[in-house]
Amino acid sequence: MAKILVVTSGKGGVGKTTTSAAIGTGLAMRGYKTVIVDFDVGLRNLDLIMGCERRVVYDFVNVINGEASLNQALIKDKRIENLSILAASQTRDKDALTQEGVEKVLNELREQFDYIVCDSPAGIEKGAYLAMYFADEAIVVTNPEVSSVRDSDRMLGLLASKSRRAEKGEESVKEHLLLTRYNPERVSKGEMLSVTDVEEILAIRLLGVIPESQAVLKASNQGIPVILDDISDAGQAYSDAVDRLLGKDVAHRFLEVQKKGIIQRLFGGRE
Amino acid sequence: MSLMDFFRNRNKPATASVAKERLQIIVAHERGQRSQPDYLPQLQQDLVEVIRKYVKIDQTDVQVALENQGSCSILELNITLPDR
Repeated sequence: MAKILVVTSGKGGVGKTTTSAAIGTGLAMRGYKTVIVDFDVGLRNLDLIMGCERRVVYDFVNVINGEASLNQALIKDKRIENLSILAASQTRDKDALTQEGVEKVLNELREQFDYIVCDSPAGIEKGAYLAMYFADEAIVVTNPEVSSVRDSDRMLGLLASKSRRAEKGEESVKEHLLLTRYNPERVSKGEMLSVTDVEEILAIRLLGVIPESQAVLKASNQGIPVILDDISDAGQAYSDAVDRLLGKDVAHRFLEVQKKGIIQRLFGGRE
Repeated sequence: MSLMDFFRNRNKPATASVAKERLQIIVAHERGQRSQPDYLPQLQQDLVEVIRKYVKIDQTDVQVALENQGSCSILELNITLPDR
């Protein structure tokens, strides 16, 4: 039975697309047939993060409108077997995504894939609503910062009341917290909310903590999902998160300040 | 942390704990509002208009809240009339 996973946050710029790309790639690497669907109509970006921007011919809205078949629109990843991408449309028509259209495409995807990862746009408008509406599980991406935490809580409220599962009175959407851009050093100085602070406020299970890392920008510059950079801290942290998503019990890493040499301690080395 | 930072940061309150406290308050408040039905603001508006036919009151003089206690819901109305 295919699982629909939404990556959402409310707030923009917290790492939804980076996370969708990493988690989707991670699932495919573990043998699950996975598709990542970009719901950000008008502001397509998943294709860039995945490095397939020049291969987009047809998109999500084309499939909904019957202008292309699903298989024509799906872009197979060249690095990872089992992984496909469905790009968002660049149309400016706000009503391009319809609930019936999205449902039809998702049902078709269910037949081919084990995991459908929905990359939500920011905000709580139609695109974000449709991305989360059909979800079985939700990854709520949060930065340790006040506006992001508040918006995440608002998203959790929507998942609990406006999702299909909530409306049908089915078992509620399984919620996971993914804390990104975490800086243990600033946490230790009392300048940044800690994992436990955020967990306490949002009260949902912790899927993972992704440290603030140079690897994320380096990866996106090249169109490589950061999880493929398996020597980087962020790549490893995403990999652990995928394992936890699949039910493995993996200890959290990168929560403590890395030890520095005496020279760095005295003069403050750059991150 | 460099040596300079070490001296600079002493005696300053941790901003993270301020953030946590503020978040706990606002999140609790917003969760409370979320559980209320959508018609409450409109109901409050209508009530204000009806009462205004008779007494001069402000928008904020009518407070409406719905409380759920088990299988029973209590609609609480609090109307403050002006001093005579």
